[in-house]
Amino acid sequence: MKFDNYMVLQFPSKSCNEAFARSAVACFAAQLDPTMEELGDIRTAVSEAVTNAIVHAYPDELGTVTVRCRILKDNVLDIVVKDKGIGISDVEQAKRPMFTTGGADRSGMGFTIMESFMTAFELSSELGKGTTVHMRRKLSRRQ
Amino acid sequence: MQFTSFLENGKLTIALNGEIDHHCAKQYIQSIAAKIEAYTPDICILDFQEVSFVDSSGIAVVINALRNMSQIEGRLMLSGISDQPMRVFRASGIDKIVEIKEAVS
Ligand SMILES: Nc1ncnc2c1ncn2[C@@H]1O[C@H](COP(=O)(O)OP(=O)(O)OP(=O)(O)O)[C@@H](O)[C@H]1O
Ligand SMILES: [Mg+2]
Repeated sequence: MKFDNYMVLQFPSKSCNEAFARSAVACFAAQLDPTMEELGDIRTAVSEAVTNAIVHAYPDELGTVTVRCRILKDNVLDIVVKDKGIGISDVEQAKRPMFTTGGADRSGMGFTIMESFMTAFELSSELGKGTTVHMRRKLSRRQ
Repeated sequence: MQFTSFLENGKLTIALNGEIDHHCAKQYIQSIAAKIEAYTPDICILDFQEVSFVDSSGIAVVINALRNMSQIEGRLMLSGISDQPMRVFRASGIDKIVEIKEAVS
């Protein structure tokens, strides 16, 4: 697919990288001249996907998280968040609101938020191989 | 992470600040629980005025505070919520289970 610009981030699954990842993607998205609301939605969806990779994908060790962003035609930001962790056995169940394997400090709303804040959302996963979240957000053209 | 809180006539106000994500949420959950346990207020207000970002980890902070307050048969209220946190609370339905107070000037 034709694209105008792209960037790739790679970092270990440490929680201090959550703020870094969502801020870096927001900085990259700034060239599309997004509204405050659009930028907030992008930061939130990236935070959810990256936090999942950090919390769930590598429960007992550190692993690598990759975030890839592309700018597609018609002001579309394309975001892929990928890990090589434990994977998800049932992706439909995982996407259900309030489903969590995480206990009292998780709410099970991460995928629900990604789906509602992005214009396209796709979750794919293989047990023992890893998980990929693919999201797109079409941005309004201002001025 | 640090926050201020004050107690006045059984009303405990806790002013949160910064970005509430998974990296800091656990500390917030524990500190809020400790304050509620120490003061057993009738009402607890979580003030979001200085909070610039929340994700689903922030939802867990609110739900845990709600649980702490219902254990002592008190009320939980949220105040001063700006646009980004409000969109997250709406998307998750939190706005339907917790009282949200408009910011008073
Ligand atoms: N990258 C991943 N690797 C393995 N399992 C995952 C991954 N992402 C999500 N999951 C599984 O899917 C479930 C649902 O994820 P979701 O983000 O919706 O909720 P949560 O992370 O449990 O809670 P919250 O996001 O509200 O803090 C998780 O509890 C976990 O079991
Ligand atoms: Mg999550």
